[in-house]
Parts: sequence; C-alpha cells; structure tokens
Amino acid sequence: MAERPAHEYTGFLGWVEDRFPLMETWNKHLAQYYAPKNFNFWYYFGSLAMLVLAIQIFSGLFLAFHYKPDADLAFASVEYIMRDVPGGWFIRYMHSTGASAFFIVVYLHMFRGMIYGSYKGKRELLWLIGMLIYVALMATAFMGYLLPWGQMSYWGAQVIINLFNTVPYIGHDLSVWLRGDYVLGDAALNRFFALHFFVPVIVLPALVFVHIVALHAVGSNNPDGVEIKQGPKGNRWAPDAPTDGIPFHPYYTVKDILGVAVFLLIFFAILFFMPEMGGYFIEQPNFEPANSLKTPLHIAPVWYFTPFYTVLRAVPDPWYGTLAMFAAIIVLFLLPWLDKNPLKSWRYRNQAHKINLLLFAVVFLVLGWMGVEAVTTVYKELGTRMTQIYFLFFVVLWLHSYPAKVNYKKWFGILLGIVVVYDLIFRLNLGDGAATTQMVLQFIWPVIYLAATLLLPALVPSFNQEKPVPERVTG
Amino acid sequence: MKKFITSILLALTIAVPTVSSASEVIKVEKANIDLHNKQSLQRGAKYFVNYCMGCHSLSMSRYNRVATDLGLTPEQVQKNLIFTRTDGESAKVGELMKNGMTTKYGAEAFGNAPPDLSLEGRLRGADWIYTFLKSFYKDPTRPLGVNNTVFANVGMPHILWELQGMQELQHEAAPAEGAHAAANAHAEPKLVLSQPGKLSPTEYDRMVLDITNFLVYVSEPGKLHRQAVGIWVVLFLLVFIVVAYFLKKEYWKDVH
Repeated sequence: MAERPAHEYTGFLGWVEDRFPLMETWNKHLAQYYAPKNFNFWYYFGSLAMLVLAIQIFSGLFLAFHYKPDADLAFASVEYIMRDVPGGWFIRYMHSTGASAFFIVVYLHMFRGMIYGSYKGKRELLWLIGMLIYVALMATAFMGYLLPWGQMSYWGAQVIINLFNTVPYIGHDLSVWLRGDYVLGDAALNRFFALHFFVPVIVLPALVFVHIVALHAVGSNNPDGVEIKQGPKGNRWAPDAPTDGIPFHPYYTVKDILGVAVFLLIFFAILFFMPEMGGYFIEQPNFEPANSLKTPLHIAPVWYFTPFYTVLRAVPDPWYGTLAMFAAIIVLFLLPWLDKNPLKSWRYRNQAHKINLLLFAVVFLVLGWMGVEAVTTVYKELGTRMTQIYFLFFVVLWLHSYPAKVNYKKWFGILLGIVVVYDLIFRLNLGDGAATTQMVLQFIWPVIYLAATLLLPALVPSFNQEKPVPERVTG
Repeated sequence: MKKFITSILLALTIAVPTVSSASEVIKVEKANIDLHNKQSLQRGAKYFVNYCMGCHSLSMSRYNRVATDLGLTPEQVQKNLIFTRTDGESAKVGELMKNGMTTKYGAEAFGNAPPDLSLEGRLRGADWIYTFLKSFYKDPTRPLGVNNTVFANVGMPHILWELQGMQELQHEAAPAEGAHAAANAHAEPKLVLSQPGKLSPTEYDRMVLDITNFLVYVSEPGKLHRQAVGIWVVLFLLVFIVVAYFLKKEYWKDVH
C-alpha cells in the first residue's frame, strides 16, 4: 500500500484524517481540484444534473412510502398521495417535474459536450460513461412512467415493450420475459417498480461517481478547448497547479449556487403554477386509469422520448424501425471516434461545423415535435426527412474532421444520392399521390442541410476557415 | 321579454363557437370558473351529491376534505351532503365519496359503467364538462331518448332535463348569402330549447358552471393552496438569486 501524504490537521479532524481520507478527498476533488477559469453558462448543467438526481431520489423515496405497485391499487395510491398524504402533492410534483427537468439539463449538458468537443483529449471514456448514464436515465424514466398506471402509462409501455416483439425469432419470448406475463399487467408493474428503485438509486449514482472520477483524472475541458494542464504552471494557490485553473471550491461552488438558484426558480415556478406544463410533463390521458380494453386514439410518449419515437415511426417496417431507433442512440456513443478534428471547441472550428451543430439541435427539436403530433401525410414526411438528417449529421461531422482535405462536392453528391436511392427503393409508393408529393416537396430539407454544411464551405472559403486556437484560455 | 333576451344570448353563446369550426374538432364553450368562489363550490357540491352521485362516485375524494376546503363543518356535510351508505349505515364524514352502484350494474343499465369523476376536471377540463352538460338534445333513436353534441351516443341520460328543459338539434343551414353560401352549406347544427325547464337558461348555465367548478376543484384539491405557497417560494428565490449573485461576484473579484 502506498503511503498516504502527511497532513497537518489537528484535533478531531486530525483524528479522522489519520483513519479516513476525509480532507484528502475534499482537497483532491474540490478545494484543490483546479478547473479552467473560463467556464460559461453551458457549464452549469453538470452540477444541476446531480442536483436533479438528488431531488428525484429523495422525492422518489417519499413517494415509495405511500405508493402501491399493484395494478388494482396503483392509480388510486397516486391520488391518495395527491390528496391525503400531507404535502403529498408537493412530493409528487417534485418527482414529475424533476423527471422532465432531468432530461432538459442532461440534453443541454450533452450539447455542451458536442459544441466544445468535450469528448476529445483522452475524454472518450468520460463521454461513454456519460452516455451510459443517459441510457440508464431513459430506462429509469420509461419504467417510472408506467407506475401511475394511467392510460398513457399503460399504452406507452405497451408500445415500447411490443418493440421487442419485432425482434426476429426470439421477439415473442423476449417480450414475454420482459413483461413477466403474456399481457402488460400486474407482473410488469411490480418489476418496473423494483427496477425504478434499483436503477436510479444504485446504478445511476455509481455511474455518476465513475463519471466524475474520470473527469477529475483527465481534467475539465472548457469553452476554448485549451488543455490548461499543458499550459503554464503556478497560480496563487499552488506552484504546480495550472495557471489558468482555479480551485473548484470556493469559486465554482459559489457560482453553481447561483446556477442552482436560477434553476430552482424556474423549477418551482413550473411545479407550483403549471405542473402539467401544458400536457407535456404530465399528459392529460394519464388522469384516466389504465384500461387494457380501451386504446387511446393518439398515443404519444413523454416529450423526452419523442425524438426517438419519430425515428421509430419514420421507418415503416417495425423491426427496422426499432433498429433505427436504437441506432439513433448508439451512434451518439461513437461521437469521439466520428469527430476526429483535433480542434475541440466550435469557437475555432469552421463555420460549416457550427452550422452543422445548430442544425442538429433544430432537427432534434423538430423530431421531438413530430413525436407528439398525430401522424399526417405532411408530418410523417417531415419526421422521415428529419430522421434522415439526424443520421446524415454524423457523417457530416466525420467529414468536417478534415476540412482541408475533404472533397465537399463529392460528398454532397454521395450523401444526397444515398437519400435519393433510399427514397426510391424503400419509400416511393406511386399509388399514394399525397405522400409522393410530400416526398418530393420535402426533399428540400436534406438538400438545404447538405448544402449548408457541405456546399457552403466548398464554395465560400470563409465558411471552411478554421481559426488559430490561443495558447491560453480566453475570458 | 327577459326570457326572449336570454334565449337570444343562449343562442349566441352556442352559435359563436360553431362559427368557424372544423367538422372533426369539437368546439367547447369557455367555462368561466373560479376555484376560490366558495359559494359556487358549495352549490356545485350540493348539485353533485343530489343529481350526479347516484351513478358517479368521487372515489378518490373524502367528504371531510371537501368540508375543509369548502368552509363547511363536518356536521353540515354529514347532514346535507352525505346520501351514500356503507354496510347499511350512512357513510361517515371521513370516508371516500363512493356510491353503491357496481360496475356490473352500471354496465347493464347504461351500456358502459358510469365513470368515476374524481379526475374528470383534469382529464377533460372545465370547458368540456361545462359544454357537455349543456349539450344534451332529444334523439328518439337513442335508448334513453337523448344524445349529446359533445359526446356522441353517450350512454348517460339527460339527468338535469327537468331543470334545463329539452333541447332539439336543428339541422337547417344558416341563412346563406352570396359568396358565403358554399361555406355555410356545412353550417353546424344548432341546439334550440324546444321545451323550457324549471330554470331559465341563465340559471341553468350558472348551475352547470357550479358543478363544473366543483368537479375541477375535486380533481386537484391541492391547487387551492399550491399557487399561494408558490408565490412565496418564487419571491424567496428571487431574493436568494440576488444574494447568490453578489456572493459569486465577491468571491470572483480575485480571478483574473
């Protein structure tokens, strides 16, 4: 065993420190963890995600005191919490608002990672662990949404579990194994409750712990994408610390307190004044108890799943649709290996890369919007086109890794050709005139997307111009 | 004269929402409810237990919670609002507002068992309930002789017909003129009061509004308090943000 560093703590703290690395850990991860001094707005969402995790765990614990995971009792027990448990409505709204807040901060946190290239510079594992957190979070949210046992709980879970039915050969057995029954009912509710407790309370905190261990081993990225550890050494606090680093505590703790306060203002404004958030955080049909004999006219998952739901619906064949949906998530794991450009931050990347990221954000929002709408010819085509662009994004991201070498015009032709070939082989149905018209009209979306990200840098050199990265962080 | 004016007003209120309605979307009237009007809630509770509760339970709600929120004493509720029985005895004030109708009986009598209305205010919303209760009309083709424009082929009888009277659905197109003739060819049918009831249309509207108000209250009793608490939480956080901002500024003075 390695010798622990000597310390100068006396009294009780010294007694503890001799036996447990209390201050050693505090210093390593907070008081003497040097974070870049130029964190901006985007850097609030990591600590906010941890705050929301804590809110969810503790509000969830109090809900579990009163909730009954039984198909006959679950719905009424939620209303019992809302009415008869003192402060129960507050606990329940903390949890329901927290679920949506979790995804908002996590999506912003992930987008931060994309715009500043935070998965680069030995941070691939950090990104992968983060993606595992995201997948565990989606699984948790999906299982939690079944628990109120309302109509949307029931039919949403029905749709998702039936996806496993589409797996060739083993699909039926797989979905029966997942449900624990031939139909969605008490068995599924009971195990979803168990898993909804196990995953967020054991698995998520463990993953978050590993995420932070990885982060603190490599060091935080920043809006400039400059590695402060490779810069000059020595600051006011320590001679060997990076000059551009400041101790996380107290500087970022006081800054995060401000972030937490603003977040809580928005969080509580929603909780107290519009807990349903117009039917997006709590869907109206969920005020009707689950009824296996009555399918709702329009099944929409909660908003944070809708982008992937649109991907699922964009492919007519259920099995390939399911594959596309999972591919849309899996491809995010690969970001560190798709984006090979040595520059991290979009500040110094070319304009075309910025446009690509912004359009990706827009496409993700439109995919989400399409997922809550009922399918019409226009919306179906829009959802399909946005799905195509969603996947094209990752190819374009890869192309932008080599802005000096890549033949943009050639790739513009290739990618547009792939879209056309896909449309002609898999989608064209001349018997359906309205759909064909929409297919032709909305061909404009992939054309615009590819033109903005590939033709523009080819034709206008200033859009392909990368800027020199400064030696030190700015601002 | 008064009746004439109110019937015109009634006709207008029904006509207005149908002016530009698409054929599939059900237009509902705006229910101008006020959850803090205790008298309205009390009247709504009274109407509900008298007219609705024979078939519809509020199985998530307790009598004494309603008493507390509506400013009634348990004795008043026990005496005036409890008509349900538990094991042959009058229900106690702490019990859930359940009636004696079984699902099986309800389904046999009406086709579908009358739903529990504990959450109707959140499921359908105030406007829907309000319009639904005003939209029954005579339809001899239905088993119970009535139909509803908001909820087609509903199994529910027009339980308030004595009070509202009976409406009929008039299919005649609105007087068409010139260019608008084509558009008006699909004019929505109108509900017209053909047989007056005990209440004037204005009185009936108020009664329905009270029932709607009560159902919306009962769908989320916590709403009466949560907004009042919320104002203080938001005010506290606004002050806290100012403090947190200056604290951050003070600490960050020495970061260059």
